[in-house]
Amino acid sequence: MSKDTLFDKVWDLHKVANLPGGSDQIFIGLHLIHEVTSPQAFGALKDKNLKVKFPQRTVATVDHIVPTDNQSRPFKDNLAEQMIDTLEKNCIDHKIKFFNIGSGNQGIVHVVAPELGLTQPGMTIACGDSHTSTHGAFGSIAFGIGTSQVRDVLASQTIAMNKLKVRQIWCENKLANGIYAKDLVLHIINQLGVKAGVGYAYEFAGPAISALSMEERMTICNMSIEGGARCGYINPDEKTFSYMKDKLCSPQNKNWEKAVKWWKSLKSTDNCIYDDVFKLDASQVEPTITWGITPGQSIGINQKIPSLNNIHPNDQFIAREAYEYMGFKPGQSIKNTPINVCFIGSCTNGRISDLRVAAQVLERHKVAKNIKAIVVPGSEKVAKEAKEEGLDKIFIKAGFQWREPGCSMCLAMNSDKLIGNQVSASSSNRNFKGRQGSPNGRTLLMSPAMVAAASITGKVSDVRDFIKK
Amino acid sequence: MSIKFKPPIGKFSRLNGKCISLVGDDIDTDRIIPARFLKCIDFDSLGKSVFDDDRRTLKGNHPFDLEINKGASILIVNSNFGCGSSREHAPQALMRWGIKAIIGESFADIFYSNCIAIGVPCFTLPKESIKKIQQYLDIKNLFLEIDLLKSTAKAEDLKFNLEIKETSKKMFLSGEWDATSKLLENMDLIENKLNDLPYIKFNIN
Repeated sequence: MSKDTLFDKVWDLHKVANLPGGSDQIFIGLHLIHEVTSPQAFGALKDKNLKVKFPQRTVATVDHIVPTDNQSRPFKDNLAEQMIDTLEKNCIDHKIKFFNIGSGNQGIVHVVAPELGLTQPGMTIACGDSHTSTHGAFGSIAFGIGTSQVRDVLASQTIAMNKLKVRQIWCENKLANGIYAKDLVLHIINQLGVKAGVGYAYEFAGPAISALSMEERMTICNMSIEGGARCGYINPDEKTFSYMKDKLCSPQNKNWEKAVKWWKSLKSTDNCIYDDVFKLDASQVEPTITWGITPGQSIGINQKIPSLNNIHPNDQFIAREAYEYMGFKPGQSIKNTPINVCFIGSCTNGRISDLRVAAQVLERHKVAKNIKAIVVPGSEKVAKEAKEEGLDKIFIKAGFQWREPGCSMCLAMNSDKLIGNQVSASSSNRNFKGRQGSPNGRTLLMSPAMVAAASITGKVSDVRDFIKK
Repeated sequence: MSIKFKPPIGKFSRLNGKCISLVGDDIDTDRIIPARFLKCIDFDSLGKSVFDDDRRTLKGNHPFDLEINKGASILIVNSNFGCGSSREHAPQALMRWGIKAIIGESFADIFYSNCIAIGVPCFTLPKESIKKIQQYLDIKNLFLEIDLLKSTAKAEDLKFNLEIKETSKKMFLSGEWDATSKLLENMDLIENKLNDLPYIKFNIN
């Protein structure tokens, strides 16, 4: 059993009680809500005649269903309009802070909370969204919950949960030039598999992790859930603190010093105990792309699609399904696979640094003929910053459509969808069957830089060919 | 399909039902309920849309469309069932289609807690046992009687020892799987905790 890790410390600090069934009652320091998984929770409160217990500890925004082309109200999609309207009403009725469209702070919930300084080390953070693990990049313990648990947090600010085990993922050395956090996390999931993290929190550590910026760390923690781990985190350090300094909701003045002192005390102690440790050499990671229908089915740009006899027997069923669905043959190269759609955005890779990297690749290039390319900033703040830097012009000049912030084509709950069996080069997090809105649409996950490279050539390409000096 | 859906309430220790098998690993919640069906403010109409994309693709040959599986309530699945999104719409859709319990090789964490939260117990069995049940189902119908206290599943000619998390088992046996009221009983402790947390203090700007 783990001991003295950041996870242990934060968990123990937030433990309210042992519940009769044997699970722990855990206090949730920050509760984030959005339009998709909250309406039924508010409905349940009403049915039970309950109130939101600590409304100041819940913050709302709207992201999943928002259109990215025309955001004027009412939305063209009646159901989408009904959902945002319901969230607006619930937030007013229960006095919950809501960052609505046009507030300057709306965006994907996992982009917004960190950029506002709501996300802080040592907090427990819950949200009705599996990518809540993103916030672990700050040394918080953050995890996705279902609607019944959203109800519980609204009613009591606590949930019933069994303590997770802790696996440290130690990333030795550094990523090479042209290799990004997305490549590393896809590589990790590939090495460990998509279910190795079930029952675990992942602690990402080592020189390769320390070298990452805060936004890159968010990309890593974001995808913990794709490896089965509901929670992923990184011990806070000077980079964490300097990112957080002077954010809207960060501690100010004298409180800042106190906060930093406490945050420093949270990191896993040198002689802490993990339930498991997994080590890898980050310098060996190549630009990584998924070829299948789980985020674990990935290969390096220069590798071939694996044949069944190179796949563990337990993974062969899903591999067969993937060959058939994706139309790939074992032994085939992933490089030069023709694509139809390019998507840059999502809670994984829709931040300002993602847009900067992609814009750098696109500068002085054009999107290939017949490619639909869209870029969706992760938040209104990201969009504003990008425009101030002139990134929007670079994207538009290259042939990308510049859109308004939201989740967009990551899960296609708005009108941004694949059509038929189109192949998408996507900076998002899931390549599940039908994920991007078409029941036979195909998704290749990759870094935003790789998406940009693919948009120029119209096929899967090695971004290093574009950034070599 | 005009029978009004009744969610499970209270405690239970036994569960009988016809089995339906869905073969495949890593069946994610996007497949169980595609995102377009999440545009709703209640869960009421989700039952008919369960596995919508997969069912369309298989044009009537999906297990959830086969006449032989009509009225089934125990779902037999393979490994890492319910991975991906945290959408409770997934177990809600299964439950509203008629699923009362799931037996599988393994489940994704969030999906598992969502199932427990809405009163759908999930049991695990070794790969070989699941295979045995799925092969049996290829030939004929299987009705299982699940005894939660003993953690067994029995049919005339089959018997399995099921695994379920001790915490979940206790919840169903005691009827306390609907957590909200239990959590609220500790309100004094919750308020103390709020006052004790360091960051609550230094976030008052």
